[in-house]
This record gives sequence, structure tokens and C-alpha cells, in this order.
Amino acid sequence: MSLLVIKLIFVAVFAGIFGSVLGLGGGTIITPILTLMLGVDINHAIGASLIAVIATSSGAAIAYINDGITNLRIGMFLEVATTIGAITGAFLAGLISSNVLYIIFGLFLLYSALAMLQKKKAEKYDQNRGKALANKMKLNGSYYDKNLEKEVSYHAVHVPAGFGVMYGAGVASGLLGIGSGGFKVMAMDLFMKLPLKVSSATSNFMMGVTAAASAGVYLLRGDIDPQISGPIAIGVLVGATIGTKIMQRMKSKTIRIIFVPVIAYIAIQMILEGLGWKW
Amino acid sequence: MSYSQTKATREKNIDSVGIMIGWTLRIGIAMSSIMVIFGLILFYAEGQSGYEANRYPTHIKDIIQGCFALKSYGVILTGLLLLMLTPVFRVGISIIAFLIEKDYLYAVITLIVFFILIISFYISRMA
Repeated sequence: MSLLVIKLIFVAVFAGIFGSVLGLGGGTIITPILTLMLGVDINHAIGASLIAVIATSSGAAIAYINDGITNLRIGMFLEVATTIGAITGAFLAGLISSNVLYIIFGLFLLYSALAMLQKKKAEKYDQNRGKALANKMKLNGSYYDKNLEKEVSYHAVHVPAGFGVMYGAGVASGLLGIGSGGFKVMAMDLFMKLPLKVSSATSNFMMGVTAAASAGVYLLRGDIDPQISGPIAIGVLVGATIGTKIMQRMKSKTIRIIFVPVIAYIAIQMILEGLGWKW
Repeated sequence: MSYSQTKATREKNIDSVGIMIGWTLRIGIAMSSIMVIFGLILFYAEGQSGYEANRYPTHIKDIIQGCFALKSYGVILTGLLLLMLTPVFRVGISIIAFLIEKDYLYAVITLIVFFILIISFYISRMA
């Protein structure tokens, strides 16, 4: 029996590193690994992946805030959109067939992944566009990039578009459960043109709040099995701490190269789910 | 650039809001992981969960009662409960932190997030 604990912690450390580097929360990989490889019941696996998201979020945030990578104000501002979105999603859940939504969100995510691939080289964009709004809302900042060994300053553009995508991310999380980290990173990186590291760290920071909002339901439903979720929480916290060290030293381009196929994988999984396929 | 200068530019990025949020997260995580680890040790040392096979409490009251009775599953779940509450506390502390910084715009924004969170708790309880 204690062998299961070791396996769970091992998986969780990996998920924590993965989630904290990419800003995806690490829930995405927990569910398939637990169900397919460790034979954990699907509901308990989903409960554990929710715990993983919260643990990655808080665990990674400590280091990312301390090192000035997370933009707290951008995070707070966009949390308004994600939390309202999550409530909308919860209301819509009873009204619309989730299959159609899985396909719509999946296609959007797939499109975004392709668009992100093209952003590999820093594209030219109008630096001043939306600057007034960004300045008014203090959606700007700078961070020290340990890979480039220099201070990188930035400010958000296309703030309304980014806010809109964040709302969509919230709707997705309210409707379809977790897995909205991809949308959050997209909204900041692709739409608001923030540096990828800032997008990833801020997405991670925000994710805990969205996940905590739905955690109560999972708990009451009995999805949080202490024997599964306990070791997962500990492993993820360790992994997230390691991940924050790795991410800061990575090239943004490398993070992007890992990120795009992962997002494409999630997108295809969502589309298949919508078409009625079970993995 | 000398090391001290680099460090100075880096420290400039964290204001008191960041420091307060950082400490909230540290305390939340430290408390929850101590509980979870203690509960897991208890479970494997005693070889029992304190509950019937494949059963564990799902209501907050039962979880906390289980914790005080030193039932291993109760202790682990209390730790997980603390972990789930950490982001909520983080939002609450942020309101105070922005007020101290005299950043009233963000104090209001965070207050809005806090209210939406509370509303969503009620909605999820109804569902």
C-alpha cells in the first residue's frame, strides 16, 4: 500500500514542475496518469487534480512573487473576469449541452496554439496601443530575467480583448471543470502581449482562486480522497518549488516550444470529449 | 552591472502587497503540509484511517471533528481544507495590503473579486 504513496508523490512532483513552468496548474496531466497508469477512480483523480492545481498555484506563487515575475495587479484585475466567467459557466451548465462547448473551446484553443507558434519571434506591434488604459489600470511592470540576465519591462496591450478571453477562461472552468490554465496564458501572452514568463507565473497565481471556488463542491461530492489527494498535495508543492527555479533560467522560446504541443493536446482532447469519445 | 545593483533592481519589483501575499501563502502552505504529512504518517503507522473501509468525511464539521479525534483521514483532510482556503485568504489579505499601500483602485478591484468568490461559493452549494 505504501508503494502507492511513493508512486503518487513521484507523479505529483513531476506535475508540479510541469504546471509551475507552463502556468497550466498541473491538473491536466494528473487525471490521465492517475486513471490510466495507477488505476485510480476517475472522480478521485479529478478531485486530486483540483488539489494539484491549488497546490501548484500557491506553491509556485511564493517564489514567483518574491522574484517579481508574477504581476499581482494584472492577476487581480483579470480575476474579476475569470470569477464572473466561472459563475456564468455554472449557470450555463444546466442550459447548454456541454458537448458543443467542448468543441467550441477546443477549436479556439487549437487556433490559439497555432497563433502562439507564430509568435515565436517577438513580432512588431504598436507599442502605444492601449497604453493609456494599461497605465491607468497599472497593467505594466518589469521583471529580472535570469536567462537573459537583464531587466525586462512590459505593459499590457489589447486589455479589453484580454479581459474577454479571461472571461471565456472563467466560463470554461465553470462549465467544463479545470483546464482553463491554457486560456489564461493565451489571454496574457497572445492578446495582451505580456512576456511568456510573466503570463505563466500570473496564470499560475490566478488559478488557485478559480480552483478554490469550485473545491467545495468536489469535497462535498466525496471526490477528495485523502489517501490519493494527500500525497498528491505534498508532491506537487515540492515539484512547484523546483519548477520555479527551472522556469526562471529557461529561455522563453524553449517554454513556448513545450507549451504549444501541450495546448494542442488539451485542445484535441476537448474536441474529442465533445464528440463523445472517452479517453 | 554589479551584483548589488542587480539585487536592488530585483527588490524594487516587490512592494509590501507582494510581501504580505507571499507570507499569507507561506503560512497557509506550511500549516496544510504539516497536517497532511502528519496525517499520512499516522495513517501508515496505525494502518487505519479512523473510518470504515473506503469511507471518509466530506463535510467540514465532520472533517474537523475527525482531526481533533486524531483520526488520520480527518487530519489529512483538514490539511487539504487549509490548502483549499489559502487562495481565498490570499484574496482577503490582498484587500488589506492594497489599502495599506493606498492603492484604492486595486483595493476595490480585489474587493469585487472577493464578493464574486463568496457568491460563487453559494451558487456551488445550491448546485
